[in-house]
Amino acid sequence: MNYFWDLFLGGITRGSIYALIALGYTMVYGILELINFAHGEIYMIGAFTALIVASVLTMHGLTGVAVLILATIVAVFYAAAYGFSVEKIAYKPLRQAPRLSPLISAIGMSIFLQNYVLLAQTSDFLPFPNLLQDVLLPEAISGWIAPSEFIIIFTAAVLMIGLTLILKFTKMGKAMRAVAQDREMAMLLGINVNRIISRTFIIGSALAAIGGVLIASHVGRINFYIGFGAGIKAFTAAVLGGIGSIPGAMLGGLVLGLTESFATGYISSDYENVFAFALLILILIFKPEGILGRSSQQKV
Amino acid sequence: MDNVLEVKNLTMNFGGIKALDRVSLEIKKNQIVALIGPNGAGKTTLFNCLTGIYTPNAGDIMVQPPQGKARRINGMKINHITELGLARTFQNIRLFGGMTVLENVMIGRHCRTRAGIAGAIFRPNSTRTEENDIVDQSYSILEYIGLTMYVNDLARNLPYGAQRRLEIARALACDPQILLLDEPAAGMNPQETGELEQLIVRLWRERHLSVLLIEHDMKLVMNLAQNIFVLDYGEEIARGTPQEITQNPAVIKAYLGVETNAEIN
Repeated sequence: MNYFWDLFLGGITRGSIYALIALGYTMVYGILELINFAHGEIYMIGAFTALIVASVLTMHGLTGVAVLILATIVAVFYAAAYGFSVEKIAYKPLRQAPRLSPLISAIGMSIFLQNYVLLAQTSDFLPFPNLLQDVLLPEAISGWIAPSEFIIIFTAAVLMIGLTLILKFTKMGKAMRAVAQDREMAMLLGINVNRIISRTFIIGSALAAIGGVLIASHVGRINFYIGFGAGIKAFTAAVLGGIGSIPGAMLGGLVLGLTESFATGYISSDYENVFAFALLILILIFKPEGILGRSSQQKV
Repeated sequence: MDNVLEVKNLTMNFGGIKALDRVSLEIKKNQIVALIGPNGAGKTTLFNCLTGIYTPNAGDIMVQPPQGKARRINGMKINHITELGLARTFQNIRLFGGMTVLENVMIGRHCRTRAGIAGAIFRPNSTRTEENDIVDQSYSILEYIGLTMYVNDLARNLPYGAQRRLEIARALACDPQILLLDEPAAGMNPQETGELEQLIVRLWRERHLSVLLIEHDMKLVMNLAQNIFVLDYGEEIARGTPQEITQNPAVIKAYLGVETNAEIN
């Protein structure tokens, strides 16, 4: 039972991070019908920024939670700026182009950002301080869950609930849903669609950066290539849940995380990816629109 | 300028096809104008040019906002044109089907409000007040149009006639001075058409809107319009009062294909 519980928590932890990154994919897809392949790189840049900030702060004698919070805040702003710029540089000029062009542009952006970090930093794995460990939890909680897992799950849950509320109730959220359903009509109602698209990228990037900081502290090392793996997994999670669907991305992330965790724990860690992608293939065969996705409707 | 909307020599080409050929049209303040013509005459193309969906190849579209100088709107961004007071409905209904009736109207208020990303996340008082105001205003619009019983229903679940009226409600939420209605009575039964007619009269009389109406229901057009423009193959073939139009030989020919003395409808 204890082993099961550990695997379960590990799966939820991993799944929460996938979900945070998957939200960026699914939100952008919902609005632009574009798979933003550079999204994984935004996550990686978030982790790198946090590492740099954390190192500088530690050198100046700060420790613990203060470092974690400051590093996260800087990473969020930095990654949001990257997400915003990527959209302006690589996607906005292609708004009227055939759908394949922005897709290729996204792949180009992804390769560019990877290599840019490779050149600016290093190709080696860098150790990442475990900032989450320093957070003190009440005994009642720390008995059955590791602090870092608790913080990851808790933070992800708060962010996802917050995002859901924003989309449901605020004016900006309504505008985002309107743009996703019918971009031209949204413009005709006075919505500045370019601004809404920028905001979508900013929010998605911020979530990915937080995911990057959390997982980097949890795993303990990063390099320029982590964005690719995490991006592919998060993209899988988004497709699994139904791309374009916000609750779908969250659910897809958790399902994927649990699948991987149990496959690793009960079978072999060599099979982690096999199970993750076999699950994807099964879903695509039997429910191609994803778990919560709605079958695509033809517009008249 | 005593016209709220002036179109001068508007030309729109699609490849070699002239969808609009030097079309001119004027709408005075608080006037109901109808645009009629056989299918494919270019009526919807003209609407698309007016609202910025197409950028015309030549000609001018001038809008007189309530304050300030007349503005040339060719090539302006769609959302900026909406801010100048043009709002439209569509021939094929284009509601946000997955949102509630209230949300559909609230989105129409968008161009008149300001809160942004920080407001959505941190929700200061100013944002809350603004959003409460939007809800109030949207309710009162729904009340005015008579859709309050559907407030929390998804737009796609509404009966057809109600969906049409919701499109008008949503357009009203943009605070337009000119309302562009693209075949609002299409597919409606006579009773619904009658209600629509009363609604348009109320908008004209109580809200002092100017209305530009594309419609095939000639009875509705003749009852409502103070001035009619007739397009055929992208060109204006006639303009005038309903009486003048019904007797215009060119119009009869365009509609019936032969010259006859039969009256339309």
